[in-house]
Amino acid sequence: MTSCDPRGAARDNRRSVKTAREGSLKLAYDRREFLRAAAGLAAGATLFGSSPFLPAATIPKKKKVVVITFGGGARDQETFALEGQENIPHLMRDLIPQSSFFTQVVNRGILGHYVATASLATGVYETFNNFAATPPESPTIFEYFRKDLKRPASDAWVVAPSNGFNRIGESSHRSYGQGLGASVILPKHLLTAAMSGHSGDVEHLLRDNYETPYYAPELGGTEFELQQLENILKLSVDDFKAHARTLASPDELSVYIARQLMRQLAPSLLWITMHDIDIAHAGTYSLYVDGIRRTDRLCADVWKAIQTEPEYAGNTTLFILPDFGRDSDEDAGGNGFQHHRTGDALSRTTWMLALGAGVREGLVFDRRVDSTDLVPTVGAMMGFSPSLAQGKPVSELL
Amino acid sequence: MLPPNLKPEQFADYPPEAKKAALANLSTLQRLPLSFLPSLLRELIDYDFKFPAERKALDKELANLNSLSTSQTEDWFRSFAQIRLSPQLENLSWANSPAQFVERLSAHLWATHQLDTFRAAATKYAARLRKVVPPQAPSVPRLGIAVIGQGVHEYPEPIFRKLRPHGTYFSRVNPGNGLNQLLDIVATRAKSHPAAYGHWYIDGGQETDHDPALTCVSYNALAPVRTLLLRKIRTQIERPGMGPEELRSLLAQLRPEDLGFGNPGDAILDWFQMKVLTEGSGTQIFSTTFTQWAAREALRRAQPETLLVHFAPRQRQKPMNEMLSGRSAGEDLDPIGSLVDADMGAYYSWLNQQRLAGAEQSSFLVWFEGHGQAVVIGPSTPRGTESTSAINLRELLLE
Repeated sequence: MTSCDPRGAARDNRRSVKTAREGSLKLAYDRREFLRAAAGLAAGATLFGSSPFLPAATIPKKKKVVVITFGGGARDQETFALEGQENIPHLMRDLIPQSSFFTQVVNRGILGHYVATASLATGVYETFNNFAATPPESPTIFEYFRKDLKRPASDAWVVAPSNGFNRIGESSHRSYGQGLGASVILPKHLLTAAMSGHSGDVEHLLRDNYETPYYAPELGGTEFELQQLENILKLSVDDFKAHARTLASPDELSVYIARQLMRQLAPSLLWITMHDIDIAHAGTYSLYVDGIRRTDRLCADVWKAIQTEPEYAGNTTLFILPDFGRDSDEDAGGNGFQHHRTGDALSRTTWMLALGAGVREGLVFDRRVDSTDLVPTVGAMMGFSPSLAQGKPVSELL
Repeated sequence: MLPPNLKPEQFADYPPEAKKAALANLSTLQRLPLSFLPSLLRELIDYDFKFPAERKALDKELANLNSLSTSQTEDWFRSFAQIRLSPQLENLSWANSPAQFVERLSAHLWATHQLDTFRAAATKYAARLRKVVPPQAPSVPRLGIAVIGQGVHEYPEPIFRKLRPHGTYFSRVNPGNGLNQLLDIVATRAKSHPAAYGHWYIDGGQETDHDPALTCVSYNALAPVRTLLLRKIRTQIERPGMGPEELRSLLAQLRPEDLGFGNPGDAILDWFQMKVLTEGSGTQIFSTTFTQWAAREALRRAQPETLLVHFAPRQRQKPMNEMLSGRSAGEDLDPIGSLVDADMGAYYSWLNQQRLAGAEQSSFLVWFEGHGQAVVIGPSTPRGTESTSAINLRELLLE
């Protein structure tokens, strides 16, 4: 659970306080103006009437969706604001021109990474303890997908960064839950198992801290993970170890595993949770920005993989969105980029880009979208019914 | 328990001055809503270890609350009274452990979607309080100084990007003996305007010789404390069932003597340093984070008239377990990354200084140590301009 500083929220002698709504609107406006200037994109709202989106019926039969959470938590100053664009060259140059971009995605839930990612995956603002090893209470996107479309377990996968996310694939809901969720793969567990306790030169890939820098739990890693490695990913322990030694961060390891999954199992629903950026909690701005730059590059790598893997090319929609932002420099109750504790507009307002099959290119939409709208949108795209989700399908993508 | 049921014995474990203040204001405290009162008690319980500026502010806030009639109190706290709390929160021992209550309250506000309502109530209350009890202006215009980039010989990227629009950028500053010149300047101010905890020097590495009139905190001087703290953190993490929240609660219960402070020490400064290390995230392992957070907390709490912050290189990022072991600190430094950290840290120091009373008269200097680049921000300094005149640091502060 993140914490706020209730009295600190009001500590500022000078500044007037914007309402959350005003703040979100301003962010949306800034992002739109910046994107128009930088990438020559059009305002979707003005084109929508005369240029309808491709109808879902024209999408190839074996529709696939990949979701990347751009995490955990990045602000406009370091991404879409003018001074931040240098940190996201791949998003700006390669991906956004091919995307429909939503400038105002608001997360009205708890701003803790596990609970917020679970909320993205259920379409409901979950309220469980962010640090508890507990499954989401509402059915996940993976359960709707598998139950409604009668898909096997091999068709829905989550690649998750940390111990804390290992229950995200399957809810505790009694109508869904056990046996209907996604398989969750924890790359760090794989690596720990593969290294058999001798992780010396890959220790940097096993960082498992989030929300607080000094909580570094022991990582598991057992025979089960070794079986996943060899039977599912078709990787020998030696090859895996050799490749891991060439990687720089836990998220690079996650993307490597995700690509292996795409190659071997080609799941129709693949969810990749990035987390390098959350090093910001340690208060080191340079490492936070490095994390953003790396995540930007990895998003482009995944898009490239989608275009080159035969099972994905031409029939896959990619969604990229942060779980939430980080605190504003202006909010005296926080400490700027370091945390996401104030609940201010900057920490709640993020963005989403969608690209690939069925998505019109080069459009920007300013209207407010909720974080919980993702699941109904993917449901409408893929043909399943997330009946318990709170959000609404994003009509501009359907 | 609800506030009207507060009894004097519930403050028995408070330190002497805090207890005295609580008992003197008991009837007022009983009238406040539970969604507000523990956050006030969280400040009050530390009264004995607070800086003079904090004590004055708290005294004035209590005096204002005492002066309100019953109907005025209802009016001031109407928004707080509308916050829905749970029976579990009401049953907590909030008078004895207000900080733990506030942690739980935060979680409750997030989970019940009442955080925005609470923020609005807190903002409104603070604005109203400021109107009735304006923050005390400094006796001399504040001066903030940040020295960044120690150990960086060459850095081709632009720096001070956040601060340059607010002041004048100088590109030909004589760097000779710079830190000592700046320490002389702040010492002169400290002697001309003596005030307890009014003039600070925070160093992210080894502190330089300085005048005793300055309140000094340094990362290196706290090395034994940090080692002990990291050992405690590791021990706790390895316990079954331990999680971030439990760890945070345990850290909040530490006392300065648990970390080897004292013998004899400055109780108020020891308390401050302990809080920087136990409440700050990353302050235990990264010197740049320590320096930024210490400066932020010094400004917020002590409201100094002078603050010199000297950033030093932090250790390179390593696996967290290795950093927590405390074995590698200082052996493998990251000067460039630390410069980037400190550049942002300097901006935050300026922002935090500007949140204090007298902001329109305050001045700020940031200097790239050993180099000729600096930015000066002040009431008479043009904004967003550049000067190529040769100048030394002392002259810069006269600009």
